[in-house]
Amino acid sequence: MAKKQMRQAIESGCPDGFQYMHPVMLKNFGQWKYHDHPRPGVLRHVGHSGDVVWTVKAGTQRILDVFTLRKLCDIGDRYADGHVRFTMRSNIEYMVADEAKVEPLINALETAGFVVGGTANSVAMISHTQGWLHCDIPGTDASGVVKAMMDELIDEFKNCNMPNRVHITTSCCQINCGGQGDIAINVQHTKPPKINHDLVANVCERPSVVARCPVAAIRPAQVNGKPSLEVDEKKCICCGACYPPCPPMQINDPEHSKLAIWVGGNHSNARSKPSFQKLVAGGVPNNPPRWPEATMIVKRILKVYKEDAKDWERINDWIDRIGWSRFFELTGLPFTKFHIDNWRGSRKSLNASTHIRF
Amino acid sequence: MADKKHPTPMLDELEHGPWPSFVSGIKRLRDQHLDERVNGVANDLLGQLEHSYETRKGYWKGGTVSVYGYGGGIIPRFSEVGKQFPESKEFHTLRVQPPAGNHYSTDMLRQLADSWEKWGSGLVTFHGQTGNIMFIGATTENTQHFFDEINEYGFDLGGAGPCVRTAMSCVGSARCEQSCANEHKIHRKLVNNFTDDIHRPALPYKFKFKVSGCPNDCTNSIERADFAVIGTWRDAIKIDQDAFKEYVAVKGRQHVIDNIVTRCPSKCMSLRDDDSLEIDDRNCVKCMHCLNVVPKALSPGDDKGVTLLIGGKRTLKIGDLMGTVIIPFMKLETEEDYDRLVEIAEETIDFWADNGLEHERCGEMIERIGLVNFLEGIGVDVDPNMISHPRESSYVRMDGWDEEAEKWFKRKMEQRQAPASETV
Repeated sequence: MAKKQMRQAIESGCPDGFQYMHPVMLKNFGQWKYHDHPRPGVLRHVGHSGDVVWTVKAGTQRILDVFTLRKLCDIGDRYADGHVRFTMRSNIEYMVADEAKVEPLINALETAGFVVGGTANSVAMISHTQGWLHCDIPGTDASGVVKAMMDELIDEFKNCNMPNRVHITTSCCQINCGGQGDIAINVQHTKPPKINHDLVANVCERPSVVARCPVAAIRPAQVNGKPSLEVDEKKCICCGACYPPCPPMQINDPEHSKLAIWVGGNHSNARSKPSFQKLVAGGVPNNPPRWPEATMIVKRILKVYKEDAKDWERINDWIDRIGWSRFFELTGLPFTKFHIDNWRGSRKSLNASTHIRF
Repeated sequence: MADKKHPTPMLDELEHGPWPSFVSGIKRLRDQHLDERVNGVANDLLGQLEHSYETRKGYWKGGTVSVYGYGGGIIPRFSEVGKQFPESKEFHTLRVQPPAGNHYSTDMLRQLADSWEKWGSGLVTFHGQTGNIMFIGATTENTQHFFDEINEYGFDLGGAGPCVRTAMSCVGSARCEQSCANEHKIHRKLVNNFTDDIHRPALPYKFKFKVSGCPNDCTNSIERADFAVIGTWRDAIKIDQDAFKEYVAVKGRQHVIDNIVTRCPSKCMSLRDDDSLEIDDRNCVKCMHCLNVVPKALSPGDDKGVTLLIGGKRTLKIGDLMGTVIIPFMKLETEEDYDRLVEIAEETIDFWADNGLEHERCGEMIERIGLVNFLEGIGVDVDPNMISHPRESSYVRMDGWDEEAEKWFKRKMEQRQAPASETV
């Protein structure tokens, strides 16, 4: 039988974005002078040429079906010159050169069920991972958590009432794709993996699983006469790093895989240097379909931040000013032994001074 | 139409509320799409997802799927409960590189939608956390057909596995006055130099490029990229004093002092008695705060370039790391400048490929061997801008001090003699 002719790939890599760019952006590339913020969800950029481009930003469900994608395209064709772009946080942006097109565009988006907002000092769209919909190692869902939470935070997305912008992220495992955020809702396992010893030898490359463990708690073992792995459960930090290379080491648990909430991650260099998020709440139930406990804590943190922070303070700037003691006092969240770091370099997180707010 | 719709009482709860619902979107594919294949896939996907919601567990496992000639770019997903949900039992994601800056014409989006509903589930995300267009859900056979179709009109797969990954760049010069770089060009120069390393995973682990046009770092490159390129400038902030005075007149002096002057991290500014702004630019660290507050009056200077930081990553394995400075400033004007940028990336990846352990990110390798060994490996000289402060521990061997000091003086002399455009 003749071998089937396979098509050779064209290794074209990353496509040129200029071919799809809105003509006013193309014309003024690198020649923008300033921008302002006429209303939530709308930016106005002015070029040195005098050209103006209006941007309308809208939140979507992110997991788009082709009907929704085409609906977004219809709006783009009818109201926005046929060009769009997507932001880092998966919002869609429409650019128009004519101010008269802005209101009809906003109306069209809102009528179609999309949410205009997410600019400046709002709560931006939650950036999220894949979760149960598609990931091979998730402890929870992502799109569902975000949908449930954005339902509750929608007014903060549509308005700009926060001291500064708030970026929220979620992550469905402890080790991988979720980003740093002003607030992060991440899976936190609380029990070591349950090992299916019958499968380990066939499925897992044992040395790489041993090497993957951050605390060297895994070692090769014979179990029931078969080569397998064992976990020193006292040492195990329940991170789940062994699970991706060795699925028989099941880390996800319907009851003991919890959510933890972290705050103060900030990627920008504005004011302070970039910062990592810090643990503030653990033991939050992983409770589909709407995860009310996690949302309640996020809303509580946002409420206190909104009331207590000064203009332009991101959550990390605000806590730097008021101190952690006051943060726990104001939010009513319990401070526990788990908040005190014991990982590499943790000593620098201890207070080696008498700087204490009373 | 699917013969029998799986009941989804838990997912139905996610159809309530004002935010757009992805569940309603999947149901539209199940109920309204004209292709029965798409209806069936959506129905079984909903069934499996509901099963996950009920049992609080995921049911996808990985495997090996790629297109002809490539070793990566596809996230294989086989269902562990495929007997119950056969139509979606093979549900692979194709990671496709978006145009730099994430710009699209609606025509192109429609073309992608047409191709995707022909071969896949009809579900797509713009974009995943690395920056790919995520075409979620195709059978092993159809991944090849879909790829062949979109590859013909200009799209290519991104990275998956231990390889160079799809890059990301901010909107930058296309629409942002703060941009100090041509993000678009940097993005494509870098990542398109490594197409072989994207398509054929053979590195210790993943390697990500991200490009931000200014230190606001909208692509989170310091925290998330192995190789971060961030636009900056080294001359004075440009001040339109009339526009600044206008701002003071509207907002008041107290607002300006509280929100601009005292928020400056290096305390380099002062509000003059006539409401103009004074900046000690030698001590400005280019944090962007004042420019963010008054973009109409304050702009980046003219002597623009980029800072490079290496080694950012998230938790696995040794904990989160931020990228740290390896090139404090370099100009990106001539083709030679861009070639030098690509060369630094090549040196970095080559050194890491040779010295990184399996599953060790570049930043973790640097943590293990020390920054100086890495710098020597890629041929970059030490610079005080690479550190927050010098060594605090006296446990160090310092034989060879005189030679090292001599290198510093020699470099300084060379810099004084070089044209201004080449100095760092």
